[in-house]
Amino acid sequence: MSSHNQDTTGAQTTQEARMGEGVDNRFNSKLREAFGSSPFILTKFDSFMNWVRGSSMFMLQFGIACCSIEMMHTYAVKHDLDRFGSGVPRASPRQADVIIVPGTIVSKFAPRMKRVYDQMPEPKFVVSMGSCTCSGGPFQEGYNVIKGAEEVIPCDIHVPGCPPRPEALIYGIVKLQERIANGETAPVTVKPYELEQFGDLEEDELVQHLADQIDEEDLVMRYNWAESP
Amino acid sequence: MSLEAPEPSTHTDVGVTETGLDYDVLESLLGELVIDRETHHNAEAFVVRPDRVADALSVLREEAGFDHCSCVTAQQYEDRYESIYHLKKYDDPTQEVGVVVPTSIHEPKSQSGSGVYRTADWHEREAYDLVGIEYDDHPDLRRILLPETWQGHPLSQNYDQERQQVVPLTEHANPLEEDHRGGTDTMFINIGPHHPATHGVLHLKTTLNGEQVADVESDIGYLHRCEEQICQQGTYRHQIMPYPDRWDYISAGLLNEWAYARAAEDLADIDVPEYAQIIRTMSAELCRIASHLLALGTFAIDVYGDFSAIFMYAFRDREVVQNILEDLTGQRMMFNYFRLGGVAWDLPEPREKFFEKTRDFLDELPTRLEEYHNLVSGNEVLQLRCVDTGILEPEVAKQYGCTGPVARGSGVDYDLRRDDPYGYYDRLDWDVVTEDGCDNYSRVLVRLREVEESAKIIDQCVNLLEEWPEDDRTIQSNVPRTLKPDPDTEIYRAVEGAKGELGIYIRSDGTDTPARFKIRSPCFSNLQALPEMAEGEYVPDLVAALGSLDIVLGEVDR
Ligand code: SF4
Repeated sequence: MSSHNQDTTGAQTTQEARMGEGVDNRFNSKLREAFGSSPFILTKFDSFMNWVRGSSMFMLQFGIACCSIEMMHTYAVKHDLDRFGSGVPRASPRQADVIIVPGTIVSKFAPRMKRVYDQMPEPKFVVSMGSCTCSGGPFQEGYNVIKGAEEVIPCDIHVPGCPPRPEALIYGIVKLQERIANGETAPVTVKPYELEQFGDLEEDELVQHLADQIDEEDLVMRYNWAESP
Repeated sequence: MSLEAPEPSTHTDVGVTETGLDYDVLESLLGELVIDRETHHNAEAFVVRPDRVADALSVLREEAGFDHCSCVTAQQYEDRYESIYHLKKYDDPTQEVGVVVPTSIHEPKSQSGSGVYRTADWHEREAYDLVGIEYDDHPDLRRILLPETWQGHPLSQNYDQERQQVVPLTEHANPLEEDHRGGTDTMFINIGPHHPATHGVLHLKTTLNGEQVADVESDIGYLHRCEEQICQQGTYRHQIMPYPDRWDYISAGLLNEWAYARAAEDLADIDVPEYAQIIRTMSAELCRIASHLLALGTFAIDVYGDFSAIFMYAFRDREVVQNILEDLTGQRMMFNYFRLGGVAWDLPEPREKFFEKTRDFLDELPTRLEEYHNLVSGNEVLQLRCVDTGILEPEVAKQYGCTGPVARGSGVDYDLRRDDPYGYYDRLDWDVVTEDGCDNYSRVLVRLREVEESAKIIDQCVNLLEEWPEDDRTIQSNVPRTLKPDPDTEIYRAVEGAKGELGIYIRSDGTDTPARFKIRSPCFSNLQALPEMAEGEYVPDLVAALGSLDIVLGEVDR
């Protein structure tokens, strides 16, 4: 195998010296040995892709409220989320697979969060962290609070707690990874809060009233404290 | 100070006597501006006609030395609206006075105080937003916390929460669109509301001239969780205490709880046993350390970029503090440990173990701090970035009502733990840290040095607690099961939170829930000074300035 590369003087190149006969030692592993002389595995492409996807997740660096402090602790030393192959926070949604929603979502932020979610490439996953993202948590009664992240974007995993301990968040994320590796999909949820163009809203008193303040083409989201579950 | 500048005010002692302020003297100074007088628990308040607000405020500021407008509270009664300006002196915050401005229920219009105190600008916008009072001659009376298109004013009396709202997303202006504000070629850029450098959900509308910041305007309210409404629904005794933890959520929970505890205890006249005061002091300082460490870690991220070593080191030490606090309170962040009249329970058994753990932390701290000084304050790169950038002059800081490490980094020697003592602070040996640099670097340095002072305080508290006689360990005084402070009592009380003066205004109406609960958040005022620090600087310096302010949006928006 190495004979083609030998130059005419007969001296070994560095590469050849390194390679020796057969595969470079450095690439040998227990797993490799187990395959013996037929290093092939047979699997379905989909399962392989799911396994790959679940084993390396890029998180979106996204902080909202108190829960994000515990989320930072999860990334940092001691808990070190990176151990599970999901500890690379990306600052841009365009590079992320998973968004952890750590905190209370209020009316003004909901459309922006939806925006960020929409900017993430498919396939994307959502971990909702804390009671606030399950139900509005301690602030459910607030006039400005959205009662849970699921009103705005579909969630794969809910981690309850106020705030959940880092261990709990890790458990949630590892569960998500397991599910992805097994090819399980996210539940489809009903989303009362949609981002739409102002011109497409159903005409009512409020819409008429706001007509001169908001442009037809502006994106808007309705907020209705009473009727959201 | 230049020669033309007025002499250092000699008026600051108008009405000051040995036993406190003589309000009669102040009243005669204000003369016919005063139409009535009220007694609040913390100070006397003068009632002023809505069209004379600016006059009254400027007399008090210029002639009586009240240079700190700490808070503006707005509220609605059955028959009127009311704004209250809580004034103090930076030199001696125990000298307080209130200015009460009633306005008619049908046409709530009153004159703006923003010409006298810059900080009143945002406070009045908030009052307009949530309560619905309109301020004449206000430079920019828009909603500040709620979306622009919101209908109704949620803290006014006939607000209908069930009403539908429409929230626009217009902030997605094309960031590369050329904007010719100010005549030159400028560029408009949105920073946030989701951006790693904004420390949460803050939106900065920035106009750039080349790489320099020509104009920056903060757009807040992305985390407005209706804290005031929720506290107004809760009963004094137990239902309010969990919420302060969530204002400044950077592990500063106990400091915030203390703000509520102090206000409510003074209002309802509740004593706190000495033993409980020491536990409070100790645990609150632990919180301050945790909070300052996070400020340092995130500042390092802002300046150096990425999850750097300093961030990891700071979190390593925070974990230790959180462990100690968890032993004490049972939670890592949302402690809910203080009770009116004391604390929830005594130190964990075995006590020796707890003391040992705390001492171990304190013993290691000097080495850690040295490490931080090597990495941060002694680092040339950081110094190049931070020394002489983001300048905040002391007089400007006072205008904006800045407090805490931000004010102390500008040489304003103001710390409520010393100046308006509470807890056990006045009986312990520690110093207030100030730096005169007025720049990003000084603010960071102040925090680092404050960690040392906090450690001193904790050490003394641990010694005291260890020696405390076993039969005198009362952790709570007797507090009635349902607390109903006398009707129509009002109080404004503040403590030194992690970020500065954290004040609470409570008006009681004789029921077991407050009629008005207003939070004066230090971050709200500090953030308002950002344009002063950032305009004319480069973009990276804007980010560093924001980081050095150490805001937490939960407290800005409440
Ligand atoms: S669940 Fe609790 S800790 Fe988390 S954001 Fe909500 S209030 Fe804060």
